[in-house]
Amino acid sequence: MAINTTPLSESSKNNPDKQNNFVIALAGNPNVGKSTVFNRLTGLKQHTGNWPGKTVIKAEGTFSHRNRHYTLVDLPGTYSLHASSSDEEVARDFICFSRPDITLVVCDATCLERNLNLVLQILEITDRVLVCVNLLDEAERKGIQVDIAMLARQLGIPAVGTAARSGRGLESLKNVLDDMLAGKIASRPRQLVYDPELEASINEIEKRLAPYLPAWINSRWVALRVLERDFSILEHISNHKNNDYPRQVLKEEVALCLR
Amino acid sequence: MPHTLSLADIPIGVSVRIAKILTSGSNRRRLLDLGLLPGARIDIIRRSPSGNPTAYLIKGTIIALRNEDAAQILVDID
Repeated sequence: MAINTTPLSESSKNNPDKQNNFVIALAGNPNVGKSTVFNRLTGLKQHTGNWPGKTVIKAEGTFSHRNRHYTLVDLPGTYSLHASSSDEEVARDFICFSRPDITLVVCDATCLERNLNLVLQILEITDRVLVCVNLLDEAERKGIQVDIAMLARQLGIPAVGTAARSGRGLESLKNVLDDMLAGKIASRPRQLVYDPELEASINEIEKRLAPYLPAWINSRWVALRVLERDFSILEHISNHKNNDYPRQVLKEEVALCLR
Repeated sequence: MPHTLSLADIPIGVSVRIAKILTSGSNRRRLLDLGLLPGARIDIIRRSPSGNPTAYLIKGTIIALRNEDAAQILVDID
């Protein structure tokens, strides 16, 4: 099992064959079969178990499909990306700062509703998201049918149904990854719209912060974090190696916004 | 019926619906992320021998909550 704790974006940036190498982040709630999807795709025997925080360190594996090479990064299972635990922080920082080419969110078909919270949170950071509705076999045993096409329409992003334990759906999962990277699938993610009062605050904070933020970061998402008084994100942006944004300026802007 | 019961008061085997969450800030956010939304159904599954924490079935997953946290959740009997 390849465990790599260095930021992945660095290794892939130095790779001369970057055009053909893609980084896929694997996110999802705990116990949705994320590690099984990981093992199925990469052929690695990563240990799968059933206790909280199992995947504390993110694990990496590789696979190839239709002449593209993929590095799959297994993130810790979380219910949220609010960085209230180290697991959530690892997952959030990877999606936000390592900027994977696609974030694959694995969901549990037997209790889809509770999984969609994380999907929507990830969609606030990035629109390059593919939803994998896993455990379809278990859902069918419980008499649950999931309308995958409707889910994809409602979310505005592609979705694929799988039963990773038996390998079902994984070929089409890989095909959809390829189609997304080839630009054959257009994502128009559903954007959460908050109360008018909140939206006004979000817009104001976003406007003030945007000049100090790196271009690749989603400024609306940063504004939302600031509005929740999660200032750790600003520290992270300032600390991020290639983006030495003056922390003090950010802090002063934030103080102005929240006055 | 007024919402006088907290989740911590509910015996095992009973189903309730969340009426109101009293905490704010990151604690509230945490509960919402775990699926504890107003209107959501909760089944009380079991209590640990010491009486704390308690296991609840919420939106298809069993979640354990400390009694201090459960006391902040007001519920209606389903």
